[in-house]
Amino acid sequence: MNAWLSQHRAALASAFRRLWTTPLNTLLSLLVIGIALTLPGFGYVLLDNLRDLGRSASGVQQISLFLQNDASKKDIGDIESRLKQAANAQWRFVPKEEALKRLQTNEGMAEIVASLPRNPLPDAFIIEPANSEPAALEILRQEIAAWPKVAHVQLDSAWVKRFDAFLKLGKLALSMLAGIFAAGLVAVTFNTIRLQVMAQAAEIEVARMIGATDAFIRRPFYYFGALQGAFGGLLAALLVIGALRLLGGPVGDLAALYGGSFGLHSPGAGAILLLTGSGAFLGWLGAQLSVSLSLRKFD
Amino acid sequence: MIVANQLSKRYPDGREAIREASFAISAGQMALITGHSGAGKTTLVKLLASIERPSAGSLLVNGQNIAALRRSAIPYLRRNFGLVFQDQKLLGDRNALDNVLLPLQIVGLPRREAIRRARAALDKVGLLSRERAMPIALSGGEQQRLAIARAVVNRPTILLADEPTGNLDAESAGEIRAIFSAFHQVGVTVVVATHDQNWIEHHPHVLRLDHGRLIA
Repeated sequence: MNAWLSQHRAALASAFRRLWTTPLNTLLSLLVIGIALTLPGFGYVLLDNLRDLGRSASGVQQISLFLQNDASKKDIGDIESRLKQAANAQWRFVPKEEALKRLQTNEGMAEIVASLPRNPLPDAFIIEPANSEPAALEILRQEIAAWPKVAHVQLDSAWVKRFDAFLKLGKLALSMLAGIFAAGLVAVTFNTIRLQVMAQAAEIEVARMIGATDAFIRRPFYYFGALQGAFGGLLAALLVIGALRLLGGPVGDLAALYGGSFGLHSPGAGAILLLTGSGAFLGWLGAQLSVSLSLRKFD
Repeated sequence: MIVANQLSKRYPDGREAIREASFAISAGQMALITGHSGAGKTTLVKLLASIERPSAGSLLVNGQNIAALRRSAIPYLRRNFGLVFQDQKLLGDRNALDNVLLPLQIVGLPRREAIRRARAALDKVGLLSRERAMPIALSGGEQQRLAIARAVVNRPTILLADEPTGNLDAESAGEIRAIFSAFHQVGVTVVVATHDQNWIEHHPHVLRLDHGRLIA
């Protein structure tokens, strides 16, 4: 166990030394990897922010339930009971009188409303379900529509569906982009390691002749690939955070112009760890492929 | 103990470098392998160190048949050997101490203990004062002594050398011969491929090869 740990320590130290002793190569490789991971990383954070924007936009996840004009107080009570049972949601009852008053406050509507022989508006419930997924909203809408004394159930599902489809498309495009850049990262590491194996051919040959196992020879290259990828991932996270900080102010100003308040949120520790871990894994994968191919000539 | 029985080696190009060689080298013995250029000396050393695999016959080292060894077991077998090459195969970008440390890193010895043992090995070959020197700064004889220090640092049971005095002047060759004799005297089995007549003439145990065949 001590020997195993000692060998891993030595391989890790060797990988750090290689990164340190070729600063320009290291910097260029880290920049390539960092930029390759920044684009999907930034896209992911941007989609996450958009998803939050969609969730917070008023009306998006609201269902309006309009009762029939002859609905009694008992019927309203029944609907409330059903809502308690059926929906994990918040709701608010809007009596027809309140709705009419609101209508009257709208510019130019006061005279029209005053001329009406009776209040034409129905009692209504405004429901805000906890689950704002379009499919879940549609199921709830259909269920509510079948309740007695319900005249009409309105869900702005087209908007929600469009927004959801946009997010899904964004996710797919992002996955494709991430796949392409991941392949690029693997290729960069593959080439770096291939050049290293070539430069250390004499050392590898001697090490093999004096009893080095395959694992001993491969280990420093694996550590190098993983470290390079991890540092590249970390750099990508820093670039994403920096870009969000720069964009945060203008986005907030833009939201204020539309009468809202919206701020871009930076990736959390989990996302930074994911980016760093992905970089490390892809770097290790590139090293694994490169070492397996490059070492064949020593067999 | 090394025992070869009907040992043959044919290379992929059809050249038969060793033909049905049978011999035995006892533990602690010092044997020289000699013969003209292309007689098969280097191939025999490579077979012993399992750098090459036999085409036929058996080769037992400490009771293990090298010919039947799995590929994954070969590195562990090689750790029983100390290998010295005519061209030394030193690592040019590492100093003397780091060259000698390599076999100890391979077996995973803790660094402090590895440095202690590497310095002891350098001391044995008279190079302790040159531990920081790069190989290029050493003379031919010193480079060969450094290669010997690297070969013995893991305390191998068998020391194998291929023409260790081949490129050296008479004085340096004499020093190298003396170092091999010293290891032999402390019980290490020593097998040396050489055409150094000064060595062969005064040695009782010589294996002579002629076109791959053992003739004495």
